[in-house]
Amino acid sequence: MIDPNYILALYVVAVVMFILSLRFMSEVKSARWGGRSAALGMAIAVAATLLAYQSNDIAALVGAILVGFVVGTPIALRVPTTALPQRTAMSQAFGSLAVALIGAAEYYDYQPHVNPFTMAVLSAEMILGFLTFMGSCIAFAKLQELIPGKPFVYPGKNFVSLTILGVAGAVGAYLVYSPATTSALPIMALLALAFGFLLVMGIGGADMPTVIAILNSYTGMSAAALGFVLNNKLLIVAGSLDGSSGFVLAVIMSQAMNRSFTNVLFGGVGAKVVKGAPGQQKAEARPVKSFTVEDVATILDNAQSVVIVPGYGMAVAQAQHVVKEATDIMQEHGIDVKYGIHPVAGRMPGHMNVLLAEANVPYDQLWEMDKINPIFPETDVVIVVGANDVTNPAARTNPSSPLFGMPILNVDKAKTVIFIKRSMSPGFSGADNELFYLPNTWMVFGDAKKVLSDLVGALKSK
Amino acid sequence: MMLELAVNATVTTSTAATGGAAAPSDVVVNLLIFIMATFLGTELIRHVSRLLHTPLMALTNAISSVSMVAALIVMSETSNSTLLILATVGVALACTNIVSGFILVERIVRLFKPAKPKVKPAEAPAK
Repeated sequence: MIDPNYILALYVVAVVMFILSLRFMSEVKSARWGGRSAALGMAIAVAATLLAYQSNDIAALVGAILVGFVVGTPIALRVPTTALPQRTAMSQAFGSLAVALIGAAEYYDYQPHVNPFTMAVLSAEMILGFLTFMGSCIAFAKLQELIPGKPFVYPGKNFVSLTILGVAGAVGAYLVYSPATTSALPIMALLALAFGFLLVMGIGGADMPTVIAILNSYTGMSAAALGFVLNNKLLIVAGSLDGSSGFVLAVIMSQAMNRSFTNVLFGGVGAKVVKGAPGQQKAEARPVKSFTVEDVATILDNAQSVVIVPGYGMAVAQAQHVVKEATDIMQEHGIDVKYGIHPVAGRMPGHMNVLLAEANVPYDQLWEMDKINPIFPETDVVIVVGANDVTNPAARTNPSSPLFGMPILNVDKAKTVIFIKRSMSPGFSGADNELFYLPNTWMVFGDAKKVLSDLVGALKSK
Repeated sequence: MMLELAVNATVTTSTAATGGAAAPSDVVVNLLIFIMATFLGTELIRHVSRLLHTPLMALTNAISSVSMVAALIVMSETSNSTLLILATVGVALACTNIVSGFILVERIVRLFKPAKPKVKPAEAPAK
């Protein structure tokens, strides 16, 4: 039998690797080592645990690990970058279900005598695990468009959801009082699942970056809780690293929308779009000016600097490669091209950067909001591709707008704005985009991919 | 003072603790670890490049699947078939996450390239 201290020493090495891996992620240059050092840490942690493996049932062990490799490898290699939000939701579902099931196994192992602290942590851990599992499944279904992305809202929604969560908590507390009542566990699990279902059903598609980050945080928290139950410090550290990561990302996302957590989770923003979209009718009445692709090419001919503002629409239209093609041609014409990326553009944190990086856009051309905003007044042309709400100047000027107070990309300050869009429909918030009616804005109607490839053609012939 | 209390607590209660792995002194140490790791994590994540938030999520997801270790411990110690099934499913799920998470991080991070001055994009290595 191996000395447990050796195993603990190996766990310490694993923890150091995990911490280093997050440090490596602070810069793109060192980021490759981020994934690698964490993977090494994980291999050490698993190997150390296996050193003490006692069971004779090696078949189940080998089988389970094989399943992990056989299922995990193709998922990671085949998922298109546009589908990364879905894959993140799916892996959160896997992770939280694993944690919830292990929690349940621990409970069945300990009962009927579980000390109150351990039971309280177990209850919390299982509630968190099951609700995150169901929440992630719904997030996956919404992102994959298996179900509508609109928030599912009904009167008293928050009251019902919170009551269900409260009852789940009460059942968990009852288990602390009476751990031998094994029948309470499935009831608690079902209630947690129901809460997770209602919680994410009530959240709209454009709030997904925040939701995914919060679910990420919950997965980590439940892993840390499991560490408390098992008195395993490796799990506590790794779980809290994940927990705080999800939390920080969620804070960044909600700050970028000038909204609180509670508002994202319980506000049901975007629900207005369902009820007859007031912005849409207004839009028809006000005049906008539109450009043909040739007009755009002419404007670009006289431009020195261009900023491209991509949004989720670019991902939907799979237009990132043709955006890059258009960029290359503009650069050949001597135009300076940058990309302005809003933190909540897309369906998960950082999604736009990955799409553009995949299209071979060098990462030093990707500018974040705070750095690009001062440049807009000196920019000749801004091209908005598939973004909407994040460019709406009403967020600065109109206190009655649902977007008011949200930090936006100040594209309206540029000399000319070219807005590629399929129709005049409002963005996710339901608010009409004031940008469309400004004297320096020109609309180009059509599918982003088609418009841009026509533009590439027009620029080539110049 | 705090430590003394914790030590005393161990002496008096560790023998009485039943059905849970953690004696109260461990709880204090564990809470300390949890709090420090959370602060450390928050600081580390704040400094992560915004360009890398997507691979960061894949990475932390994979790291939190260290719960595979917990499932392995349950598998190793139990003879009860229900527990074995729960833990085996746990190992399979967590292992899937670990494998796909780390491959994905590598794949995404490789997409990010610096600008090559005056090199035509056509010459960039095709992926």
